Amino acid sequence: MNPRSLHPLAWWLWALALGAAALRTTNPFLLGLLVAVAWLVVAARHPNAPWARSFGSFVRLGVAVMVVRLLLQVLFGLRLPGHVLFTLPSADLPHWAAGVTLGGPVTSEALVSAFSEGLQLAALLACVGAANSLASPYRLLRSMPAVLYELGVVVTIALSFAPQAALSAQRVRDARRLRGRPHRGLAGLRGLAVPVLETALERSLQLAASMDSRGYGRRAAVLDGRRRLTQAAGLIGALALTIGVYGVLDEAAPGGLGIPMLVVGLVSLVASLILTSARSTRTRYRPDPWRWPEWGTVVAGVAVLAVLVVAANVDGDALRPAYSPLTVPALPLLPIVGVLIAGLPALLTPRLPEDRL
Amino acid sequence: MIRFDHVTFTYPDTSRPALADVDVTIPEGELWLVIGRTGAGKSTLLRSINGLVPHFSGGTLRGQVLVDGRSTATAPPRELADLVGVVGQDPTSGFVADTVEDELAYAMENLGVAHNVMRRRVEDALDLLSIADLRHRALGTLSSGQAQRVAIASVLTAAPRVLVLDEPTSALDPGAAEEVLAALTRLVHDLGLTIVAAEHRLERVVQYADRVIAIDEDGAVRAGDPRSIMTDAPVAPPVVELGVLAGWRPLPLSVRDARRAAGALRERLARTTPPAPTHIQPVANRAVVTTHRLSARYGSNVVLRDITLQLDAGEIVALMGRNGAGKSTLLNHLGGLLRPAAGELTVNDLRPYTLNPQQLVRNVGLVPPDPSALLYEQTVHAEAVTADREHHLDPGTTLATVDALGIDLDPDRHPRDLSEGQRLALAIAVVVAPAPELVLLDEPTRGLDYDAKRHLTVVLRALAARGHAIMLATHDVELVAAVATRAIVLADGDIVSDGPARDVVCHSPVFAPQTAKILAPGQWLTVAEVEAALIA
Repeated sequence: MNPRSLHPLAWWLWALALGAAALRTTNPFLLGLLVAVAWLVVAARHPNAPWARSFGSFVRLGVAVMVVRLLLQVLFGLRLPGHVLFTLPSADLPHWAAGVTLGGPVTSEALVSAFSEGLQLAALLACVGAANSLASPYRLLRSMPAVLYELGVVVTIALSFAPQAALSAQRVRDARRLRGRPHRGLAGLRGLAVPVLETALERSLQLAASMDSRGYGRRAAVLDGRRRLTQAAGLIGALALTIGVYGVLDEAAPGGLGIPMLVVGLVSLVASLILTSARSTRTRYRPDPWRWPEWGTVVAGVAVLAVLVVAANVDGDALRPAYSPLTVPALPLLPIVGVLIAGLPALLTPRLPEDRL
Repeated sequence: MIRFDHVTFTYPDTSRPALADVDVTIPEGELWLVIGRTGAGKSTLLRSINGLVPHFSGGTLRGQVLVDGRSTATAPPRELADLVGVVGQDPTSGFVADTVEDELAYAMENLGVAHNVMRRRVEDALDLLSIADLRHRALGTLSSGQAQRVAIASVLTAAPRVLVLDEPTSALDPGAAEEVLAALTRLVHDLGLTIVAAEHRLERVVQYADRVIAIDEDGAVRAGDPRSIMTDAPVAPPVVELGVLAGWRPLPLSVRDARRAAGALRERLARTTPPAPTHIQPVANRAVVTTHRLSARYGSNVVLRDITLQLDAGEIVALMGRNGAGKSTLLNHLGGLLRPAAGELTVNDLRPYTLNPQQLVRNVGLVPPDPSALLYEQTVHAEAVTADREHHLDPGTTLATVDALGIDLDPDRHPRDLSEGQRLALAIAVVVAPAPELVLLDEPTRGLDYDAKRHLTVVLRALAARGHAIMLATHDVELVAAVATRAIVLADGDIVSDGPARDVVCHSPVFAPQTAKILAPGQWLTVAEVEAALIA
């Protein structure tokens, strides 16, 4: 297998399937294994680029989410019966706040259950982080149809805004110190926003000029009739899709409205997209190929999801352990094997070229 | 190729035209240089070639600009993208993609170039600018010289027939500037590209120009042969000044031509007294700065390695070296913005990074590369009053400093409306008003024309005479030649040479000023020195 980078869409589908699988279980062992597998794949296949180091940040964010989830449970959580660890002073809330409790006894059952729910969110974040580290959102959008390309440009610019703003904020803070003004704390924060925004605006103007001079927004000439057709198809598609979704979700809606309207909506939206793409004269430089490693990666992700869906029907308690009474969750064999499948792309995808490691 | 047909352009909300009745024809395959004072309208002229002026800037354009027969009045910049490539003053702010290769392909993707053609053109552009080894690099990790070459390559891939460059070498160290200029001459000679460039650093580019367009302050332009335009141009590099002084005909524009003409002058100068140190010598051997084995790191990257040095009152020290050699890092340490990773650093026996802002400004004044970051108020006068109040100085001290330094400023103007040179002078005055013993300047000459630089020289000498120790980080060897008493060269975090400015710059092929190169082996640094010796 020649070294190359995998199609970004394959990584994102794999990670999203993994994330969806994480939402199927609250078993902390399975969730932990899932994060470990994601980390393994990232470690094996992430390129050397600034955005590829975001996995760690996402994991840290996940830990923060878990801590917040635990704190909320302690302060406002539902009182699960069980072993009381400690009791917080509780306050009686007025009747309009019924359902919210404040303080009171904190049980180990409640904490363990909050912990596994927090872990679920953290695992989901880790999956998004893995996708981010394996393929940047910019590369993903670049491989999308021409209509979405402009969205890709917006994302790239937005991504470069944060580091730029951080740099200019540092410059303004330095300047304040050099003028003998307070540069730390609240006093330092005041007077920061205007110069930073000013720099950001100046930069975006320069960027716009550069993009315009390099042919951004060139369009093929189109006939008026065709343009109207495109717009009409888009409008009808959006309307039909809205009605269709309503029909599917609301059981009281008139029968036969849901699925047909969804189909009509999707077809006319796709037609409108195709018509718009024909207007764009863009070509694509070195598009990523889609070969069997891409298929394999997507299948590995979807397989995990499928196994967990099947396992939920076979043995639902193992995937969603109940914590009252407090027990150690079971280690179900089938889901564990399923989650391990997600690690296969670490071995089966081509290695990255030397200069991108 | 490019035809300016009686073009007059006025920005919105101004009465004075930025360009007045420009009537010039630029033929194919030539390199034209646009010169003029800061703010004279050089960028306006350049941006009108692809229609950014007026489509992007607003304003009124009379007459018309034709590029290869297409008028910019009807074609917006994007429709001219296949014909004109534009690289702005700060190339990094124009980057769109995230890696070098994608950036190079961006313009072609917009133009709908076929895939096999794109592949070939990207490879060609990578080779033409010698950046093939950077192809997968993230754009944010490039040095400024690399970024400039990537920016040029990214407009070249669209196969334009005209290349427009705004200050392509101003931010670069001498070595990186040479690389960019070599690439540009190759494009003109081998590919027949038409290049129009504006540049302040005439000493670097004027010898490559086929024609020069000089823009006067009132927006009028003169175009012609470099030799004839340079004799009375509003700005001129040292080689031209020396040629005018010595009366050489034809006027030399390159060091090589000047050396051929300079035989007689060298002999005559050999008989005069060799250049005495014309600058102020250190008033006292009183150390203002001492560092001992100072080290700095960014992550695992060592930026400064065991720097040991001493600065005395009254010294003007030039800090030179490549982009990224650690010059700014050293200044920011002395200026109290950074904490050393290891080693000792004292200014007036105090550690600058431990001082609170009020104590800091009384000991160290640092002027950053963009001096406007130091200015907050609406008028020059308000700025001076604020500086007095904040530093608990007697009212009027800052304005008195402005006068004492020989700076002529209209107190009612907004700092943003001042010229670059005036803004720098105001920032220096504000920083110097609390009388810090150490004054630091980071790249003070960026965007300054020769006149503003001469003024800066006067200001710096006045400061040194008042007993301040001055250190400036700069790429500008002509400024170093004019003002520095001592020069320090940094490379890879080490001090590689440190000594009297005359010895250090004259012995380096990279850092020698033009006058020294022309009159070597005699160690003459500036045209003023030569003039004084000839009169004596």
